[in-house]
Amino acid sequence: MEGHQPANARDEVIVAKLPIEIPELVKDFGPHAHHVPPGGWEHTGEDDKRVKTHCCFCGQQCGIELRVRNNKVVGFEPWEDFPFNKGKLCPKGVKRYMQDEHPDRLKAPMMRVEGKGFEPITWEQALEKVVSEIRRIQQAYGNDAFAFLTGASLTNEKAYLMGKFARVALRTANIDYNGRLCMVSAGAASRKAFGVDRSANPWSDIPKAKVVLVAGANVAECAPITTDYLWQMRENGGKLIVLDPRMTPIARNADLFIPVRSGGDIGVFNGMLHVMIERGWIDYHFIAKHTTGWEQVAETVKQYTPEFSARIAGVPAEMIVTAAEMWGPAPTSFVLHARGIEHHSKGVDNCIAAITLALATGRIGREGCGYAMITGQGNGQGGREQGQKCDQLPGSRSIENAEHRKYIAGVWAVPEESIPRKGLSAVKLLEAIHEGKIKGLISICFNPTVSLPDANYIREAFEGLEFYANIDFFLSETARYADVVLAGSLMEEDEGTTTNVEGKVILHRKAVDPPGDARVDWRIICDIAARLGYGDKFAYNSPREIFEELRVASKGGISDYYGMTWEKITEQNGIYWPCPELDHPGTPRLYEGGKFAHPDGKAHFVPVEWRPSAEMPDDEYPIILTTGRVVSHFLSGTQTRRIGGLLDQYPQPNCEIHPRLAEKLGIVDGDFVKVESRRGHVIVRAQLVKTIRPDTVFVPYHWPLGRSANNMTIRAIDPESNIPEYKICAVRVSKTEAPTDDISLLEVEAGGVR
Amino acid sequence: MSAMAFFIDYSRCIGCQSCVQACAECDSHRGASMIHLEVIERRDSVQTAPQVCMHCEDPICARVCPADAIKKTPDGVVQSSLKPRCIGCSNCVVSCPFGVPKYRAEIDQMMKCDMCYDRTSVGKKPMCATVCPSGALTFTTMEEVQRTRRGIAINSWKFGGEEVKTKVYVMVPRSIERVDLELVQIAPTPAPLAEDPYDVALMLEAK
Repeated sequence: MEGHQPANARDEVIVAKLPIEIPELVKDFGPHAHHVPPGGWEHTGEDDKRVKTHCCFCGQQCGIELRVRNNKVVGFEPWEDFPFNKGKLCPKGVKRYMQDEHPDRLKAPMMRVEGKGFEPITWEQALEKVVSEIRRIQQAYGNDAFAFLTGASLTNEKAYLMGKFARVALRTANIDYNGRLCMVSAGAASRKAFGVDRSANPWSDIPKAKVVLVAGANVAECAPITTDYLWQMRENGGKLIVLDPRMTPIARNADLFIPVRSGGDIGVFNGMLHVMIERGWIDYHFIAKHTTGWEQVAETVKQYTPEFSARIAGVPAEMIVTAAEMWGPAPTSFVLHARGIEHHSKGVDNCIAAITLALATGRIGREGCGYAMITGQGNGQGGREQGQKCDQLPGSRSIENAEHRKYIAGVWAVPEESIPRKGLSAVKLLEAIHEGKIKGLISICFNPTVSLPDANYIREAFEGLEFYANIDFFLSETARYADVVLAGSLMEEDEGTTTNVEGKVILHRKAVDPPGDARVDWRIICDIAARLGYGDKFAYNSPREIFEELRVASKGGISDYYGMTWEKITEQNGIYWPCPELDHPGTPRLYEGGKFAHPDGKAHFVPVEWRPSAEMPDDEYPIILTTGRVVSHFLSGTQTRRIGGLLDQYPQPNCEIHPRLAEKLGIVDGDFVKVESRRGHVIVRAQLVKTIRPDTVFVPYHWPLGRSANNMTIRAIDPESNIPEYKICAVRVSKTEAPTDDISLLEVEAGGVR
Repeated sequence: MSAMAFFIDYSRCIGCQSCVQACAECDSHRGASMIHLEVIERRDSVQTAPQVCMHCEDPICARVCPADAIKKTPDGVVQSSLKPRCIGCSNCVVSCPFGVPKYRAEIDQMMKCDMCYDRTSVGKKPMCATVCPSGALTFTTMEEVQRTRRGIAINSWKFGGEEVKTKVYVMVPRSIERVDLELVQIAPTPAPLAEDPYDVALMLEAK
C-alpha cells in the first residue's frame, strides 16, 4: 500500500533547510499567544461601527458582529437575528476577533535571508521575484513543474480566482486544495449516490427527525452550534445514535452509543441494513420508483449478520441490532457524518454505507428526512465547487469533460486546449515534490507541514523545493520554508461569499483594512497574473466583480449560483444553491419528490464491502492511534494557537488513553509518553480517560513539530477521493522522560511541552 | 409576554467553555470571567456543568457579609460586592451553597456573576446565555421553555436543613419538585462511583 514505510522510524530531530533555527524564527514571528485586545481590557466605549459578518472558522459560518474602533477589531457582539446560530457561538467564535491587531501579523512582503531569517522587501521586489522564478522553473522543467496549493477557508470568489489563476496564468495542471484533507470522501460518496455534492437538507430538518444517526462526528467540539439542533430533536422525542471510538460530549446523552473501532463503521451500517431487511423495515416502493442497484446491495449485506458485523465493528452484536431497531421503523430520520468515517482509505465506501441507510428507507428529500455531511472548514462547501480542485472546473464541473471544458473556456475567453487536464491531488502533489518532479510552489491558506499525514516526509518535501512562495497573514510553520512570503489578508479585511454546511451562500463583510503594507489576497493573485502577461483575464476591481464572473461560470453546473446577487444574499440572510435564475428563491432541500441529479433521475445504490485499513495494529505496533480536533482550536492551529484564551483552554496535545491500557503499560495520568509509529513519534502527556476504547489512543493534531500527531499518521489515501487516512494507524505507547530538545523547550503554542 | 428568566440545563452542557470565554468579554468586567464551568470527573466521564449565580431570593452571601457590601436590585439580581465596602473577608465565598462568589486577591474584592446587569437591565440577554451553543444556558420566557423542553424548570432547593429559592431555574425531570441535597462528609479521597456508566471498556464487554 502507498505510504507504507519500512520499520525504521525517523528521528524526531528535524534537520530543516530553514534560514535560521526554529527557536529564532519563533522569536521573530511566533506563534505567540496574545491575550489582550486593542487598547487593553479596560478600554471600553463607543464603537465606530459594528459589522454583521461571519465567523472565519468552521463550516457552520455562524453570524457574528465585529466591533470596530479606529480601524481595529476590538471585540464582538452576538448577532441574534442570523437564523442559523441565533447569536450562539463556540469559544473559537467568541475569541476570533483576537487574531486582528496581533503582534505576529505579517504587514509587509518578505524574503528569506540566509542566516538572518526573513526581511521586509517591497511589493515590486516580491512580485518580480515570484514571477521570475515561475518563468525560470516552467521554462526549464515544464508548466506542471510549478504547482499551486490553496485552501477551503477562502471565500468563493478567491477559490474561483485560484482555479482560474492556475489554469489561465500558471497553465499548470497541478493545483489542489486542503479540502482534500477534509471533504472529498463525503463529496465523492454523495456524487455517486445522488449526483450532487452537498448536504441534502437544511439544518432545520434535524429537530424534526424521530431518529438521528451521528457517525464519526464530534459535534460538540467540531460543530458546536449543531448540538442545539440535536438536543432539540431529543426534546421533541427523537432518538440519538452516536458512532465513535470515543465517548464525545454528545455521546453522553445518546440513546445508543456505539463505541465502534476506528475503520469498523461499515460493519455497523451493513449490519443494520441486514437486520432491517430481515425485519421488513425497507421501503420497496421508494426503491422501485426512485433508485437503481438495490439487488446488489441486498446481496452484499446478506453475510453481514449481527455477529459477523460485530467482529468488523469491534462492538457487541446486540448494539447493531438495537441500532437497526431504532432506525428501521422510524417515521422520519437523519444521517449526519463527518471526518470520523471520511478520513479513511475507504472513506468513500464508509460514507456510501451510511447514506444507504437513508435511501433504503426512502427517508430523504422531505421534511425531517435526510442526510448531511458536517463540513469542517470555513468554506468547506463552496471551496470545493469553484474549480480549485485538481480535477474540477467552476460549477462543480469536471476538467476531463469536453462540454464542461468548452463552457469554461468560453467564460474565460481562452482556447479550450489551453486549459490543463487533471493534475495531482494534495498528497500525490507533495509526493511529486519529494521526488523532485515538482520544483516550484505557491501556496495560500494551507499549512501542510502540520496538516498533512506523515509530517516528517512532508517537511522533507519542502526542503527540496527550488522555489516556494507563501501567501499568509501569519508566518505558519510551512511558511518558514518560503523564499518569498506575501503578506495577505484575514477574512475581516476583505469581503466575499462563503457557502455554509447547509449549502447556503452567505456574505462576509469587510470590517477593517489590511494592516501596514499587507494586501488583500485576490489583489496579490491578480498582480502576479498581470506580470505573467494575463492582466486582461484578471482585471477585477473588487471581489464583487469576481462573483459576477463566478455566477456565470457556475451557470448550468451542479452548484449553480447564477440566480444569486450579493444584494439578494443579504436580503434573504443567505441563499441555498442551486439557484439558477434571478427570480429563483434557492433550494433549501434537495431531492424532493424523489428526484435525483443523475441523468436517469434516480438515486444509485452502491454495494460496499468492508476492508481493513492500510495499517492495522500488530505485535510491533499494537495500538490504534486516531486523531482529531478539540473545541478551542481550528485545523493546523496557525490562528488559534496565537489566541491566548483559546490556547489556555487546551494548551498542548495530550494522549487520551484508557486506564486499563495505561495500567498494562505502567502509565499514570500526567506521565510523559512517547507515541510512536513506523513513521515518527510525539512526546506528550498522558490523560487517562475511561471514555475511549481500551485498544485506541487519541492525540489531537493542531500542534507542530515534536507535538504533531501527523508525525505518526500514514500517507495512505482513499483510491477515489484521495483523502488521507488520519483516523487510524498503528502505534506503540511507552512512558518516557520529559524531553529537553530545543523544540520541547519552546512555548506550547510553538510546539513546546510542559 | 411574560418576563424573561434564566434557565440552566446541566444535561445539555458540552463543556465547550464558550460561556467562560464570552463572560470575559462583558464590558462591566472585561478580561475576567465570572461563570464557572465545572469538569465533574474527566477520568470517568465527559460531564461538565456551568454555574452562574443563582440569585437567591434571600441571598446567604449578603446575609453573612459583615460590611453589607452585597446588594440585591429591586428586580432580584444579586450584585457583585461594592468595591468601597468589600473587606475581602470571604464569608460569602464559604457560605454560598452553589460555590459562586470568588475572592480575587489581585483586587482584594469578591466578584461574581451579576446576570450581565448592564445587558439584562436594558433588555438584552446575558452574554453566556446568548452564546451557549448547546442551550445549557438559556434566557427566555417560562412559556417558551414549557413549549420546547421535555423537563420542567424549578427553582426550589434544600441543602440539609436550609431551604433556598432562586431567581435562576434549573431543568429537571418532570417527577422532581425540589432539588434536595443531603450534606455529605468531605472525605480525603472521593468515594468510588457505584457504577461506571461511561466506561467504554465495560460497554464493549458482551452482556
